[in-house]
Amino acid sequence: MTRWSWRWAVVTALIVGAVLFPLYWAIVSSFTPESRLFTAPKLIPAQLILDHYRALFTTRDFWTPIRNSLIVAGATTALAISLGAVCAYALARLQFPGKSLTLAFVLAVAMFPQVSIVSPLYLILRKVGLLDTYPGLVLPYLTFAMPLTIWMLVGYFRQLPFELEEAAALDGAGRLRTLWEVVLPLSAPGIATASILTFLYSWNEFLFALSFALGPESYTVPVAIALFRGQYQVPWGEILAGAVVATGPVALIVLVAQRRIVAGLTAGAVKG
Amino acid sequence: MAAISLTNVSKVYANGQVAVRDLTLDITDGELMVLVGPSGSGKSTVVRLIAGLEAASAGRIIIGGRDVTAVAPQHRDLAMVFQNYALYPHKSVRDNLAFGLRVRREPAARIDARVREVAQTLGIEELLDRKPAQLSGGQRQRVALGRAIVREPQAFLLDEPLSNLDPLLRVATRAELALLHRRLGTTMVYVTHDQEEAMTLGSRIAVMRDGAIEQVAAPLTAFERPATSFVARFVGAPAMNLWPAGWSRNGERLALTTSFFTLEVDSAGRRTPEGANVLLGIRPHDIVPGDVGTGDADAQIEVVEPLGASTTIHASLEDGAAELVRIVVPPHESLRAGDRVGLKIRRDRLHLFDAGSGRAL
Repeated sequence: MTRWSWRWAVVTALIVGAVLFPLYWAIVSSFTPESRLFTAPKLIPAQLILDHYRALFTTRDFWTPIRNSLIVAGATTALAISLGAVCAYALARLQFPGKSLTLAFVLAVAMFPQVSIVSPLYLILRKVGLLDTYPGLVLPYLTFAMPLTIWMLVGYFRQLPFELEEAAALDGAGRLRTLWEVVLPLSAPGIATASILTFLYSWNEFLFALSFALGPESYTVPVAIALFRGQYQVPWGEILAGAVVATGPVALIVLVAQRRIVAGLTAGAVKG
Repeated sequence: MAAISLTNVSKVYANGQVAVRDLTLDITDGELMVLVGPSGSGKSTVVRLIAGLEAASAGRIIIGGRDVTAVAPQHRDLAMVFQNYALYPHKSVRDNLAFGLRVRREPAARIDARVREVAQTLGIEELLDRKPAQLSGGQRQRVALGRAIVREPQAFLLDEPLSNLDPLLRVATRAELALLHRRLGTTMVYVTHDQEEAMTLGSRIAVMRDGAIEQVAAPLTAFERPATSFVARFVGAPAMNLWPAGWSRNGERLALTTSFFTLEVDSAGRRTPEGANVLLGIRPHDIVPGDVGTGDADAQIEVVEPLGASTTIHASLEDGAAELVRIVVPPHESLRAGDRVGLKIRRDRLHLFDAGSGRAL
């Protein structure tokens, strides 16, 4: 190895270590007995137990927040992607007045600090009777997730070879058919990326989920974990176990989806 | 099958760039019309206007008696072969061919039969289950062609379909295209920048320059009687030699004088007045080299290009001349770079153009 690649290897190892260490520490701690958590920390744990996890799913009923989070994040992702794809295609390919203004406006919506609209949103949701319901979370999430989706997909659609859509038009296909049969299949990597980001956002969102849920039945995972702490004690072991459980599905999704994000899916469409 | 006619069609882009100006062209039913011109001459824009991929800024486009100026491409019933083929990369060859028929809701049995038939015609049956990425350039070209044929459209539009093929394959495919056109008898509009392709394929060729048509004619007519000096230079290889010249009277006879030589010609048929400035054009094979002092001008041979069937010579009429004369001679003439020769110009093959407008005189 040359001097430079050695340096790069060291730098890379340091970054990877810095990123992974907290995760490692959380996983190890979630298997450590509560009594040992505050003694002198050891890198290699001496004793591993499952108590925290057992408590999570028996006394705490952690299944409910997991179910809530899956439904809310799943619905948000499905809606954001399907509506966002149609919007993005129009913005990427159609000519209409005020197009760039629309794109800028869409982005501006996502720029609002969430905390500034919590109270007005709360009042609106109470008025229409959506407090403490799934749509009551999915709709606000959409307003933040859609701009991201639209911008990502506009960028992705624009770099697809336009001749393919022209060929589809000459083959007799209308806009929606072209979107469905030509553009979307070729955009699978972009859609996968947008889906992951939307899902992550909705899975991790805390402020809205805390404000618009009225009881434990409608807590999402982050809210449930945050409310583990009692008045006199903080159950760190269970909080960390909850965090590990909450991270698991997301990490799994990213790892699986990563395989779908294959470069060269458009290879062979045009020369080169 | 249909005739295509463009009447006073213009295309001006949003940035003010004029791609096509006031163009009128009638393509008869079953014809193979080749649009030829240098890049930027607007030829691709013309097929895109016919296809409906660009909207005309002015004028009318009529296909098969129907005014389609405002009709979307999917309702014009045309098929197009793109320069880079534009095959659907995620669909198999079979699905690429079938897509247009499926969109039109043809019965599955008919689609299947039709795809098989076209694949057989083009010799791509064994490729039907492959994806475009698994095909060679020539095979992709065939699939693109098949996708156009399978639908039996009113007309085919081909935008530089051969330019991505290697030279040998290009010549072979060119001949197949001509054969295909004869067998199908469908109107074709073919765009190319290659004058040789235009000459060999076209029933007629339309030579384009700066968004306008310079001449529409049968290939040989364009070669023998170019309407403008631009067509004269563009059609035929090597290109025609052109010199600025002036008329003068020399006793009973008229003379054409360039800065290098003077040609005495018969006065009959010359309509331009004395002293008028013209462009004198002479094709490379209408100049015959001989001994020094025996021809109309002496020249020094600078470059000899033996091509097998003929030899192209580039010669200078004076030392350090910027433009060289192109001469085509039979292959076995023993001429070498550095030789001095006399050039004899065939009087019956002169082309004359107005120096200002470039129009043939």
